[in-house]
Amino acid sequence: MSEKTGFKLRNNLFFYVSLLCAYFVPLIIITMFVVLLKESYPAIEKFGLFHFIVSSTWDPVKGIFGGAAPIYGTVVTTGLSLLIAAPLSIGIAIFITQISPARLKGIFGAAIELLASIPSIIYGMWGLFVLAPIMANHVEPFLKETLGRLPVLEYLFRGTPIGIDLLTASIILSIMIIPFITSVARDSFELVPATLIESAYGMGATKWEVIKDIILPYSKNGLFGGLILGLGRAIGETMAVAFVLGNKHQIVLSLLGASSTIPVTLANEFTEADTKIYLSSLFLLALILFVSSFIVLSLAKYLVIKDRKT
Amino acid sequence: MNGTRKRKLISTFFILICILSAATGLFFLVFILADLFVKGIHSINWSLFTQDFTPPGIPGGGLRYAIVGQLIIVGLSIFIGIPLGLLGGTFIAEYGRNHKIAKLISALSDLATSIPSIVVGTFVYAVIVKPAGHFSAIAGAVALAIIMIPVMLKTTENILKLVPWSLREAAFALGAPYYKVIFQIVYRSAATGLLTGGILSAARIAGETAPLLFTSLNNNFLSFDITKPMASLTVTIYRYAMGPYDNWHRLAWAGSFLITAFILFVTIISRLIIKWRYKKGA
Repeated sequence: MSEKTGFKLRNNLFFYVSLLCAYFVPLIIITMFVVLLKESYPAIEKFGLFHFIVSSTWDPVKGIFGGAAPIYGTVVTTGLSLLIAAPLSIGIAIFITQISPARLKGIFGAAIELLASIPSIIYGMWGLFVLAPIMANHVEPFLKETLGRLPVLEYLFRGTPIGIDLLTASIILSIMIIPFITSVARDSFELVPATLIESAYGMGATKWEVIKDIILPYSKNGLFGGLILGLGRAIGETMAVAFVLGNKHQIVLSLLGASSTIPVTLANEFTEADTKIYLSSLFLLALILFVSSFIVLSLAKYLVIKDRKT
Repeated sequence: MNGTRKRKLISTFFILICILSAATGLFFLVFILADLFVKGIHSINWSLFTQDFTPPGIPGGGLRYAIVGQLIIVGLSIFIGIPLGLLGGTFIAEYGRNHKIAKLISALSDLATSIPSIVVGTFVYAVIVKPAGHFSAIAGAVALAIIMIPVMLKTTENILKLVPWSLREAAFALGAPYYKVIFQIVYRSAATGLLTGGILSAARIAGETAPLLFTSLNNNFLSFDITKPMASLTVTIYRYAMGPYDNWHRLAWAGSFLITAFILFVTIISRLIIKWRYKKGA
């Protein structure tokens, strides 16, 4: 009899311990939000949330802070990186699922996924020492000569090409998010029923027509989810961008200008913040980043789930 | 006939574009890894593992203090993160498998794996570093563990779900309580998967830099005191790469090579093991 109660006791103990561990994840997410809100409260109180977002003054000496510049930098780098990564990732996913010989499929997929396990600081360092000089000496002068001469586009390519700028940072970011988008896109493409593809071929469609008219429309939710997941990844990336963006609090139209993003500002200034309001403003930036990435990732998750259900 | 030819031409054109984009992805992978390999190999020597920080201007110097610090911080975070993630994942896959809340936690964990790691750093700064009044290795380990727990939870959940339900029922029929079934049947038959899953989760955080920047900070000396700031390989790479000295850059490449080689090696081996284990129809 006593052995049975012992079992029951241990069973209950294990149940509650594992339950506690499972609830740890939602608990930490809520705690994170509350703590960040509490820490950034002085800044919200002093500057106002809306005013903080639209003001670009960042003056640690006078103690006046506005987050518009790093927010702008974050939006531009993530947008541009998505613009570069999206077609490439979809192309890679199409290649892996539809074009490559079956034997190479696994190897190729694994190779692209390896890109995801390289630590982000390696991307940053490679960007600083290898990509930035290439950009400064070859790519950017070339872009200035060609696209920079067109009427409207010239605004995007003003300034001296130094390689430490929005364009280089976006390229590094796009290389980083390619594996994430590719992996989701690949899974979505593989969910397209084979009968649908076969019947299209049977009607005489070419390979591209099958891709364009059957596979892409069928998997558009998952594809969209993958793109937004890539966006969510890019928003919060720190180390890959920290090296090649210059950390300047300025809003520049030119892609050849130095800028800053929220994570980069945090990485560079957090340990240097010497006043309470300075630190609080940095916490507010972290809160904005946390909330926006959370919203973006939830949307991505929702779209991917919707895709898997149908 | 002309129309067909045009369609075929268009098709070939777009397929070429897809092949080209795949080649571009592969090109960057090879470019980055080859660069890292060549520069890293040149910078690797024995003194890297036996010497500590030397001030700029003085030749030599190694990364021993950073390698030791990295091992301590990552080791601690594994010690915190793996059990919590494992138990949480067990709850989701076993006790909670038919409950809505378990599905919600599972979805939240999925999101949590992509939360910007630097935000986790600021959070740990607010709850550990600020009250304690100083940076510490343990704060860095907690930050890494917070990132690792949802990863381990999801991995555990997925692997436990692969254990056939009939195995559990057979044990129940013998009168075994659920916790015994979990320990002696479920964990045992999923052991390979759990082990490699744990290693993969550890590899996922081993290269993180951002959460350590304002938790474990940095240190120029070999330290074993986890309540004090401690150097880590990643933060040291950041500082050396941003610095102006050639010798520092050499050390940064060497450190990058070490950490990438380690992570890639571990990741590839674990993936192969998982593939081999779950392909045999187990």
